[in-house]
Amino acid sequence: MPINYYIFLSLALFIIGIIGVLTRRNVIIVFMCIELMLNAVNLLLVAFSKMHHLAAAGAGNAVNNVGSEGQLFVFFIMVVAAAEVSVGLAIIVMLYRNTRSVDINFLNRLKH
Amino acid sequence: MVTLLLFLVPLIGGLVSFGLKDDRTARGWALLVATIGVALAVWGINLPAVDAGRNFHAGWMGSLGSSFSLNLDGLSGILTLLTTIAYPVILVATWNSTYKKSNSFFGLMLLAQAGIIGVFLATDALLFYFFWELALIPVYFLCSQWGGERRIAVTFKFFIYTFTASVLMLIGILYLYFQTPDKSFSLQSFYNLNLSTREQSHVFWLMFLAFAVKMPIFPFHTWQPDTYEQSPTAATMVLSGIMVKMGVYGVIRWVMPVVPAAAYSWGDVVMSLSVIGIIYASIIAIQQNDLKRLIAYSSIAHIGFMSAALFAESTSGAQGVMMQMFNHGVNIIGLWIVVELIERQMGTRKLSELGGLAQKAPALAILLVIVAFANISLPLTNAFVGEFLMFNGIFNSTVTQYNHVFAVLAGLSIILGAVYTLNMVSKVFFGNTNQLTARATDILFNERVALSIVVGIIIVFGVYPQPLLNLTAGFVDSLLKEASVAQLIGK
Amino acid sequence: MKNLIALIPLLPFIGFLINGLGRKVLPKGVAGLIGSGTVLASFIISLTIFLQGNYAAPVVHLFDFISVGSLKIPFAFQVDQLTTLFLLIITGVGFLIHVYSTAYMHEEAGQHFARYFAYLNLFVFSMLLLVMGANFVIMFIGWEGVGLCSYLLIGYWFKNVNYTAAAKKAFVMNRIGDLGFLLAVFWIIAKLGTVSYNEVFTAANLAKLSATDITGITLLLFVGATGKSAQIPLYTWLPDAMAGPTPVSALIHAATMVTAGIYMIARSNALYQLAGTTNAIIAIIGAATALLAATIALRQNDIKKVLAYSTVSQLGYMFLALGTGAYTAAVFHVMTHAFFKALLFLGSGSVIHAVSGEQDIRNMGGLKKALPITYLTFLIGCIAIAGIPPFSGFFSKDAILLNAFAYDKFLWAVGLLTAALTAFYMFRLLFITFNGSFRGTEAQRHHLHESPIAMTLPLIILAVLSIAGGFVGIPALFTEGGEKLAEFLKPVINPEHTVHVEHSTEWVLVGLTTGIAVAAIIVAFLRYRNYKAEQPSAVGRLLENKWYVDELYNGVVVKPINALGSFANSFIEKSGIDALVNGVGKLVNYSGRQLRWLQSGQVGSYVLLMVVSMVMFFVLQFFLRR
Repeated sequence: MPINYYIFLSLALFIIGIIGVLTRRNVIIVFMCIELMLNAVNLLLVAFSKMHHLAAAGAGNAVNNVGSEGQLFVFFIMVVAAAEVSVGLAIIVMLYRNTRSVDINFLNRLKH
Repeated sequence: MVTLLLFLVPLIGGLVSFGLKDDRTARGWALLVATIGVALAVWGINLPAVDAGRNFHAGWMGSLGSSFSLNLDGLSGILTLLTTIAYPVILVATWNSTYKKSNSFFGLMLLAQAGIIGVFLATDALLFYFFWELALIPVYFLCSQWGGERRIAVTFKFFIYTFTASVLMLIGILYLYFQTPDKSFSLQSFYNLNLSTREQSHVFWLMFLAFAVKMPIFPFHTWQPDTYEQSPTAATMVLSGIMVKMGVYGVIRWVMPVVPAAAYSWGDVVMSLSVIGIIYASIIAIQQNDLKRLIAYSSIAHIGFMSAALFAESTSGAQGVMMQMFNHGVNIIGLWIVVELIERQMGTRKLSELGGLAQKAPALAILLVIVAFANISLPLTNAFVGEFLMFNGIFNSTVTQYNHVFAVLAGLSIILGAVYTLNMVSKVFFGNTNQLTARATDILFNERVALSIVVGIIIVFGVYPQPLLNLTAGFVDSLLKEASVAQLIGK
Repeated sequence: MKNLIALIPLLPFIGFLINGLGRKVLPKGVAGLIGSGTVLASFIISLTIFLQGNYAAPVVHLFDFISVGSLKIPFAFQVDQLTTLFLLIITGVGFLIHVYSTAYMHEEAGQHFARYFAYLNLFVFSMLLLVMGANFVIMFIGWEGVGLCSYLLIGYWFKNVNYTAAAKKAFVMNRIGDLGFLLAVFWIIAKLGTVSYNEVFTAANLAKLSATDITGITLLLFVGATGKSAQIPLYTWLPDAMAGPTPVSALIHAATMVTAGIYMIARSNALYQLAGTTNAIIAIIGAATALLAATIALRQNDIKKVLAYSTVSQLGYMFLALGTGAYTAAVFHVMTHAFFKALLFLGSGSVIHAVSGEQDIRNMGGLKKALPITYLTFLIGCIAIAGIPPFSGFFSKDAILLNAFAYDKFLWAVGLLTAALTAFYMFRLLFITFNGSFRGTEAQRHHLHESPIAMTLPLIILAVLSIAGGFVGIPALFTEGGEKLAEFLKPVINPEHTVHVEHSTEWVLVGLTTGIAVAAIIVAFLRYRNYKAEQPSAVGRLLENKWYVDELYNGVVVKPINALGSFANSFIEKSGIDALVNGVGKLVNYSGRQLRWLQSGQVGSYVLLMVVSMVMFFVLQFFLRR
């Protein structure tokens, strides 16, 4: 499959993520949108990694590890995302306890 | 090896000092560390000119093209000697001052020493920048924590000045770095650069401004009187005795040989600024009523003289600058010791409130008069040799056509210097005692020791200056060789 | 020989160290003994050198003082005929003054007594360096050293603020001259690369100098001389310097230090002989100073001030001689002047001592009877300075006037007028002080006494020298085989052309000078024999106030510099540079306040901003690529 399809898909996912982050006020949904963006990037990484690998194999280099960094990064990102979710959800729980709400617009305390 | 130790001993000593509990122990520890420094410096400068011990090299951020390289040559030698000698003198002289949290105070002092020595030894631009900041940051704290009433405002001013200057210097260093073919921060690859005159000019002003603030050169000097006035005296001594030499050093090491053509073509401008600064600071010094401010302005005048002589680019002038960097450091510390003593006893530094101290403190009067006359470079004091050579260097400079004008104007400083220095001496020591000064007592043992060391250095190097001159002779030759090549290109 | 020479300055220096360091423990007698003894020892060594007369290898190299690149400045002494003469004057007169001081300063507390002798020894040391140095830098060391000692000794009674102010003035005005001296040294280095006399004054090296160089160097050196030797325009410090103890005035401000300028020019005579323009300027300034100071001396009432202006005037004479090329005459006058002026100053000290510190001659009078030895020696001094034959002053002054006559008639006339004024004011001083009746208080009258032997003995010796000292330079006019001094100095001072005046003319000149001096003395006698206080006329007031030169300098130099300084201090520093720097700080604060609205605290707006900027980066990147 041409690489373009992957690019367009991940672009679409990413933009959906951004729009979600910008427009929704519910923290949990914002959170999910962030995950969506991360996964858009993951998708892109995997796609490019595969592409590079195939290109190297096509050049006659049958056994190679070209493109493996991309896959590695995906794992990194997944780990980070997991950590982020655990911390983030904890914050949200604390937030809910304090404000009885998960509305993001209440979070302007930093200003004061 | 000795080069590394010179830097490491005060660094580790400083860090250890933070952990010491007792005030007495902290003082003793600081003095011990400082004294070891003197021994190391004497050992270092007595090594043969080409000796592995003078170099130290270790990997440090190699991917960036930077390394931990130290070198002890004539220029670093004389300044390291000054730094290490100054520290014990300062500590002994301020032995009776009490500080809250004295362990941190002495820790910061020693950290500053490590930074200063690092600055003088580093042969890698990034390392140099790192040490530069390492030397400055403890001084911010010393001034803002232990300073006088207006310390916050003054430290803020000091911060604006030096921070701006440091940023400019960093830009200059980075610019040079990107020009090097092998992307290296080492001094040697900077020397090997072949920049156009236009590029050199840009770098020159970036770097020179940074050092001009530190020296300071008119009109970048206004932080100095305030900072000197507000800092605790021990910090003032470090600032004025040693740290201003960092500016001069920077110009000698990192500006003149790196961008020689620009140094040559902007020489007239720099010399004019320096000479204006000399006269300007001298006339203001005559007006001062506060001892610390008076000495601060006097110092500005002296530094102006050095920078003018430096840009005269002659052997005599450059040798004079080398010698004078050392002398000025020693002499001004002597003056500060006296100021500290007067302030401690009298509770004031106002000339108008003092008088007649010579009756009460004859030993102090004699020692001060010697230091004061060294300050106006009377023959057979160390400053005479330095100023004579610098003056000769300016008068006989071949890089400027206004050498005679500069020499005459700079020479006015020996007249104006006599006016304000003798004013100070007579207002503090002569005349009759008043209510305040009637209860003065003579100088204490530790102050006598510190001042005697200062006076000893003044006279020994005033009568027999050749050892100091020999120390830097080789360096001056190589420096001027670079410069003379630049003159050919500049012409 | 070499060790001996180094000992000459070293001995007084050792004396300085002992007296200076031991000032609290040494008894007065010991301090005085060390002070005088070391100078006496130096005198004896100098005398030995003089008697040996061995000047084959005059330069003694001690060590390298400064050696930088091609510039080598050795710490070396040069003892030739000229130096020997000055050595004898400095150590000889210096010794007498030290002895005198032991009695004069006896009332000082022990510590200050020793301090006084320490300073005095340090002065002798510096002065010896000045005349013994084998190059201009060593001379300069001595040159500034004597300035320092002068400063210390003028301000010896440091409790008095006026005295310390006078000391400061002396030092600063000397420094103005010193700047000129230094510049001349640098000029010489620039052209010749050396400062040693025996290299600078060679024909080959002198030929390397252009006319501009020679005029410039000689003029700058002369500027140095005007400072040290109190010539117009830098003479005003010398009268103020009388604040110091009287023996100091005798030693430093009459006999030795102030003649340093003359020594320097005589030493550089090889250079000055080539500088016609400079010589004219020197002669004119010398004559003008001589006349100006003499007019001021006419109306001074402080016994030491009269002598001070007289010194300035006599120094002017010496410069007149130097300008006319009569180097030997100038040195001759230095010598005779050292004798009679030291005598006069010490005599005045004896008078001041007798009248309990009074210095105003209007409150003296009739001291002849109470102070017979002082009177007699003072009279001898006055006759000598007035130029009455056969006293020493006559011969030296005659030599100067003769040379001036051959050089320029107008300058000679000025010199002659000055000679008349000199005779007049000196005898005015003598008559007001010693003749008539005593005008002081009853307590002072009661206290009147002749000074002790330690003070009168130097007076007597100096009086003898003032009478006989002139015979070493007796002109060929009077006797066969005269001009001994010129003969002695010939290896150092060798004028290319000597003055030839007909013997008949010379006789007329001698007669004229003597006659006019005698006439002036008679006028002074008639007018001041019985002095009564009088209202000064307008001219008198002008002279009493020294032509208001001090006020002029104050208004033209001191005040503007002070005004400029306070303007710079309060305006440029605070409202100019500082305002700019603080402005930078304020700008940062201000922009911080203005940018604060961006930090709304709304998470959404932050994210929006972030996204918008990222998009902008991409867009920019996209367009910039093209």
